[in-house]
Amino acid sequence: MYLKKNIATSESGFIFNPSSGDSYNVNPVAAEILQQLKQGTALAAIKENILKDYEVEPMRLEQDLEDFMNQLKEANLLEN
Amino acid sequence: MEKSDNLTTIAVTGLNAIDSPGPGIAVIRALRDGLAKPLRIIGLSYETLEPGIYMHDVVDKTYQIPYPAAGSDALLRRLQYIHEKENLQLIIPNFDAELHNFIKLGPVLQTMGIATFLPTQEQFDVRDKINLFRFGQQQGLTVPKDKIINSIAELNSCEESLGFPLVVKGKFYDAIVAYTMEQAQKAFYKLSAKWGFPIIVQEFIDGTEINIAVLGDGKGNAVSIIPMRKLYITDKGKAWAGITLEDDKLIKVASDFVNATNWKGGCELEIMRTKKDELYIMEINPRFPAWIYLSAAAGQNQPAALAKMAMGEAVPVFTGYEVGKIFIRYSWDHITDIKEFHQVSGMGEL
Repeated sequence: MYLKKNIATSESGFIFNPSSGDSYNVNPVAAEILQQLKQGTALAAIKENILKDYEVEPMRLEQDLEDFMNQLKEANLLEN
Repeated sequence: MEKSDNLTTIAVTGLNAIDSPGPGIAVIRALRDGLAKPLRIIGLSYETLEPGIYMHDVVDKTYQIPYPAAGSDALLRRLQYIHEKENLQLIIPNFDAELHNFIKLGPVLQTMGIATFLPTQEQFDVRDKINLFRFGQQQGLTVPKDKIINSIAELNSCEESLGFPLVVKGKFYDAIVAYTMEQAQKAFYKLSAKWGFPIIVQEFIDGTEINIAVLGDGKGNAVSIIPMRKLYITDKGKAWAGITLEDDKLIKVASDFVNATNWKGGCELEIMRTKKDELYIMEINPRFPAWIYLSAAAGQNQPAALAKMAMGEAVPVFTGYEVGKIFIRYSWDHITDIKEFHQVSGMGEL
């Protein structure tokens, strides 16, 4: 799953969809995930990176990441 | 007034910068930004309290003109008087209801040395609310189903063909969403009393409203296309804030329209994007929208480009614009004096 190419993101966690005009703010961890998604990093690799950098239970990360990806999908920010 | 090679004199209507604003002030702002020569802006007004009349840093001089219902002869007489005083080079009308008269007078104005850049009457008619569905079918453009009615009795048949909710629309302006027959009847009476007949009853399309400002060169080319999503909508349905969008599908819809009609001049496409990403053309306004200054802010100054084309200059098709540019409208209590009001109401000019 990749972010649509035209979606603008900032390191501070601001997302702008130029097709719809919608904008969002996300927290720093989500912003980091977004940056990795934008660079084309695979989801499994993103999970590994987060587990390495943060103290989080793998199960918890799995759930939160799934929620976040669903939110991105719902907001029409992911490539089909 | 002496004609000066260095001065371009342009007359503009739509000075009613009110809560449901006319485009005139935005058009003038864009002209002043985008034209190199010094400008003299002549305001043409219908009512004495149009704010632009009193905004002397925007409008240099204003003349009242007769209401469209007075006909093109009365308008021509008034324009002849104004032209004698001001030596107009271009008129940019900005109201739907006045365009018929200005289109009709176009050739006469041309002989007087006054340019216009307007659609033909045929182009104007084809996008009329009354003809829009048929036009869409012919050109493969997606337009909501509608019924054109002239009596309250005909409203009943709309329930069967369109269902509820449906949208009741006035001939020139206004649209009311009706969820019941009682609401539809009330809307019918209200809009027919205000705008006359026919009344347009349209299928309700749920989705996100997007508007597109377009400038056509009259030869099938869209010189500029700027899509905008309303971020804040007033109770009159007007954009109070909006943002420029990037979407090839929106550009294509506008481009297809210009190509199909050879549209000449400015216009605004009102689009509804459904959750399934279908793009419905809800309405096509035959003049610049009130938010047209956003086109200039985003890098495609449509009013200035129109003025250049009207005065014989070749204008290349714009290729890029700034996405994510936002306008936010605001209110301002402009102060004037009873003497100025008297001058407009008594003498018809200020």
